[in-house]
Amino acid sequence: MEPVDVLIIGAGASGAAVAWSLAETRMRILCLEQGDWVRQSEFPSHGRDWEERQYGDFSISPNRRGLPADYPIQEDDSPIKVANYNAVGGGTILYAAHFPRMHPSDFQVRTLDGVADDWPISYQTLEPYFELNDRMMGVASLAGDPAYPPKAAILPPLSMGKTGRLFGRAMNQLGWHWWPADAAIATQAYEGRAPCIHLGHCIAGCSQGAKASTDITYWPEALRQRVALRTRCRVREICTNKDGRATGVIYYDELGKEQFQAAEVVIMACNGIGTPRLLLNSTSSRFPHGLANSSGLVGKRLMFHPYALARGYFDEPLDGYRGSHIVAWSQEFYETDRSRDFVRGFTWQFGRGQGPVQTAMSGMAWGKIPWGEDHHAAFRRIFDRSAGMLAICEDLPELHNRVELDPVLKDAHGIPAPRIHYRLSENSKRMMAFAQTKAEEILVTAGARDIATESPLSYAGWHLMGTARMGKDPEESVVNPWGRAHDVKNLFIVDASVFVTSGGVNPTATIQAIALYIADQIKQRLTHLFDD
Amino acid sequence: MKTVSPFAIVSLSPLTSADTQSGLSAEEVGLLRQVAGLMIPQSEAFGVPGADDPLIFADLLASLGRDLPAIREALSLIKQAQQSDAAALAAMLTSTRPDLCASLVSVITRCYYRDNRVMKSIGMAVRAPYPEGFSIEPNDLTLLDPVKARGRRYRLVADE
Repeated sequence: MEPVDVLIIGAGASGAAVAWSLAETRMRILCLEQGDWVRQSEFPSHGRDWEERQYGDFSISPNRRGLPADYPIQEDDSPIKVANYNAVGGGTILYAAHFPRMHPSDFQVRTLDGVADDWPISYQTLEPYFELNDRMMGVASLAGDPAYPPKAAILPPLSMGKTGRLFGRAMNQLGWHWWPADAAIATQAYEGRAPCIHLGHCIAGCSQGAKASTDITYWPEALRQRVALRTRCRVREICTNKDGRATGVIYYDELGKEQFQAAEVVIMACNGIGTPRLLLNSTSSRFPHGLANSSGLVGKRLMFHPYALARGYFDEPLDGYRGSHIVAWSQEFYETDRSRDFVRGFTWQFGRGQGPVQTAMSGMAWGKIPWGEDHHAAFRRIFDRSAGMLAICEDLPELHNRVELDPVLKDAHGIPAPRIHYRLSENSKRMMAFAQTKAEEILVTAGARDIATESPLSYAGWHLMGTARMGKDPEESVVNPWGRAHDVKNLFIVDASVFVTSGGVNPTATIQAIALYIADQIKQRLTHLFDD
Repeated sequence: MKTVSPFAIVSLSPLTSADTQSGLSAEEVGLLRQVAGLMIPQSEAFGVPGADDPLIFADLLASLGRDLPAIREALSLIKQAQQSDAAALAAMLTSTRPDLCASLVSVITRCYYRDNRVMKSIGMAVRAPYPEGFSIEPNDLTLLDPVKARGRRYRLVADE
């Protein structure tokens, strides 16, 4: 194998962005991805079994999928289960494309609210990268949201439909904030992508190509600029020399053969579970507790977003399963209010109804649809007549929430699986309880005749953050303010592992902005990249 | 309430090759079919077959996939429980093994609700979502006027 200048591990949201950004340097750049390319023609919404396949090969749970690209995760000790997808595009293949940014206050949580910590960078630092990423991904939004500093709209907002009208009127009655949600979904033809046709099945891959996954946004341009991408290559460990510099990686190629790829710079983009797993598996005499882990913090301070669901059932027909999962959001309770019994806050994502299978499954799980003769009438009372919201609750970073290597469970290549230990904090529990109370108020105001709630959502481990956090102090962080490992001067991390706080929003926009920022820092420092 | 002994192997139609290829034994196939019929029975009022309908059930058997072990375990539990009433059976499963109950509901409903007759009866177009898609009513952005009037919602922080 010829050595490369830059080796990127992972071709998902952040790996794609950093690859694209560094391509202009004309360095030899290679990305290794354990999954493969996905074909839009194979996404479930092409077939009559579109709902079923969401519980099979397109399940969000790697333990459920068990595909060759997946590795098992030991998560018995967590009430929230990990959701991911391993392919070119990573989690963006299956995400709903909710695209909020973190707020300015999310970067100064310690200063403002006396909990967690401050980031070493600010919203202001990332603002140009948010804008760049919005253009690259093609974000549909409505300018003027009072919950954010001013930002430009690239594409018109998604149609909110009957659901948006229903919730908008209720929120106006209550005097609470709401706004059309930002979405990385093309609402008109954009950069060769077709506009959304409201298939309603975004989270199992977009057959239309309207949803911005990085396999159809960043990667085509990066490949045109001669970035190399090898798929079905699973990295086992990052190697270092006696000087503590990364020298490359050992990986298993598409034939399962062990290979060594030498590199001058290694960039990790493996998500908040995959990155600590790889670091912990990369031990040496110099790094006996895992690579870049002199702080002991690799894997620690794992943050999810605990989700609280409320669904209302109405007499009027609504959008049902038609249309994207994105309608509108509310950040009425986003910022800390000391009159409440918790700190920080949450975003509500208002969403439509469900397909017939999901309606039946959730209806039966929640006692709304019985077994037997009454099944049919009960089903028809709620099918196409429901709408609801998810509260994305900010998760505080706590040391006991962590990723370790499992002593027994291994993947198909014999690499130890990650093992999750996670507990919901009292702050999260109080926040979710508050969110549910307010959600019921919204649903009643909107005219719901019946309501179902569930929290936390056990399957909602979509956002994986904090396990190799950034900071100025090497004893309190794993990477520095521009993503370079304190311990290893040619090792960088660009995924959500570096998050200091989680905010109460979906992280992809912020993940990619950080990746672009770190890439820019690398480019600006090329002549002295490894200096202290 | 329709009651059928969960222990009787009631053959509603001859065993097909799909039955024997599902990975279930003949006894398990028969029991699963009864459970399907208990969960979602035929309805003359709504003009729909039950989930034990030959076409739907053949689809179900061919679609067990990853759920085969859970279904087998659920059927073993059902056989031991000796419960023949739909509501009681559902309550037993939900209280003792909600995970297995969810698997049963999943494998049965995901085939039932893609049957042409059922889709038509609930007002769905009998087609895949793609490539036609669906239409959503356009936005009325005047609804946001009260939100705009309330002004800034985010916290100001000190500049860098």
